[in-house]
Amino acid sequence: MGQGLREKGLAYLIIGPFAIVLAFPFYVMVITAFKNQSEFYDPSVTPYWFGKDSPTLANASFLFHHTQYPTWLANTAIVGVCVVAITLVLALPAGYALARLAGRVGQSLGVGIFLTYLIPPTLLFIPFFAVIKQAHLTDSIWSLVLVYPSFTVPFSTWLLMGFFKTIPQELEDAARVDGASRIRTLTRVVFPISIPGILTVVIFSFSLVVNEFVYAFTFISPSDHKMVSTGVYTDLIRGDLPEWGAIMVAALIPSIPLALLYNTFLDRFIAGFTGGAFR
Amino acid sequence: MEALAPSRPRGRRWTNVFERPAVLASVLISPAVIFVTALVGGPLALAIWLSFTNATTGLHGKWVGLENFRHEWGNPAFQHAVWHTFLFTVISQAIVLVGAGLIAHAMMKNIRGKWILRFLILLPWAAPVALSLMAWKWMFDTSYSILNWTLVHAHIYKPLEVPQYLAQPKLAMGSVIAVHTWRILPFAVVIFLAGLASIPKEVDDAAAIDGATGFRKFWSVTLPLQLPIATVALLFGIVFTATDMAVVYILTQGGPPPSFSTEMVTTWAYKTGIESGSIGPGAAISLFLLPVLAVVSIAMLLFARRTEVS
Repeated sequence: MGQGLREKGLAYLIIGPFAIVLAFPFYVMVITAFKNQSEFYDPSVTPYWFGKDSPTLANASFLFHHTQYPTWLANTAIVGVCVVAITLVLALPAGYALARLAGRVGQSLGVGIFLTYLIPPTLLFIPFFAVIKQAHLTDSIWSLVLVYPSFTVPFSTWLLMGFFKTIPQELEDAARVDGASRIRTLTRVVFPISIPGILTVVIFSFSLVVNEFVYAFTFISPSDHKMVSTGVYTDLIRGDLPEWGAIMVAALIPSIPLALLYNTFLDRFIAGFTGGAFR
Repeated sequence: MEALAPSRPRGRRWTNVFERPAVLASVLISPAVIFVTALVGGPLALAIWLSFTNATTGLHGKWVGLENFRHEWGNPAFQHAVWHTFLFTVISQAIVLVGAGLIAHAMMKNIRGKWILRFLILLPWAAPVALSLMAWKWMFDTSYSILNWTLVHAHIYKPLEVPQYLAQPKLAMGSVIAVHTWRILPFAVVIFLAGLASIPKEVDDAAAIDGATGFRKFWSVTLPLQLPIATVALLFGIVFTATDMAVVYILTQGGPPPSFSTEMVTTWAYKTGIESGSIGPGAAISLFLLPVLAVVSIAMLLFARRTEVS
């Protein structure tokens, strides 16, 4: 018992300081987001907490009324939904077939597809930029809808392959004994019980889209066509005196829901991620 | 007689084809494979082609052979970028491995408040990087930020002599490494947690029965079992670090000038290829990342084969 307590104490002693350091910038974000701007540059007001004129919604109000932020959110949402749809159409059948039908070849092909996920945007953005320019897609969010599946499809195919491997083969066999065709088994039995796995793929693909910076930064320059990840940096920070309060509100709005979803689905993500490799 | 042979209805025969696993598999897999080949293989091939040309903004350029590679190889700006990328990768990943190992190990214990602790630890990886970097930009602000406010109030620095985190060459490199470490650490924790979850509990029990405790247990039981996990985390970490552009570009844009102490291969490729409009040379610079990726991919393949055997 004493041993257990000591071990737990040690665990807190390790995790605690790390958690504080890792989450600290987000604490600064929250304080700054709701702080009155006049207090940012007043050394008598502690940066660790609000002064007497705070908390305030003035920064949030400025962000939504005097910047293009709502447009960037909308652009990000449109690109995200389109990319996730394309990703599912391609990765769902592929993931299933690699897990169940293709045998040893499937395993190697799966690893091959996964390795393409490792080829980073920083290697491909220059040729993509040349092609996008040639196709007159520069400055359009559709260029991103076209390019983003290049990393969401490999990533999602690998995850889905892992999920499908965890579904008991007996369920499918039972349906097939009852006379269902392979395709019917797939749409009526396999996909419905894979909903949690599919949802995980949707969330993580969407989060990859919101996270992406290099392509969005390279392809698109007009303000009203920007994504959240590029607009906040290019339009709100490069001015003479950055609107730190509004910038922090802008950063918090996508970050917190994404982080909550991420944490909720993490265990499923791990199951899918390792399901493809360790089986 | 012969005309009667295909007596089954056409539709039936069509579906029967899909009952053959090999046929169905290729139908289901090909769209994804074709798509990935076109969207990853195509640009990669194009990057290689462009790197041999003097293309400026579009796809058209004259063949110049190895000239772009030769020029960059002898270019001090490029040489510095390679060295910075090396430092950036090695230092940040060394810290990440130790930190993530410690955190993941502690997280395997059955402690209270695990959900919220895990949430806090994962924040830097889960939040969009270009947005969370805004907090760092503000924290690094020279005159009013939280870091320097604290240093001044603790009487470590005088108000006018505070560090300029992104403007002093060495400090800028340190800041960039620190921020990237902060960002990658949670991802490595996730990989470690995935790996630790796959180690059977019996191993721990067996070690306890054999009387292995403390350092001995760590050295001869825990550490060897974690080696494969650490390898995977390291391989991912190397790719995500050596090829990262967002952290460095947003924080320093490769600066501060004139030393450009945080210029990386990626930011140099961006400046050459996009900002200065020299697509050919830019493509050549980014292709210098390819050997790193090749080594990591081969290591991953070897690793995948080993786990498959065991």
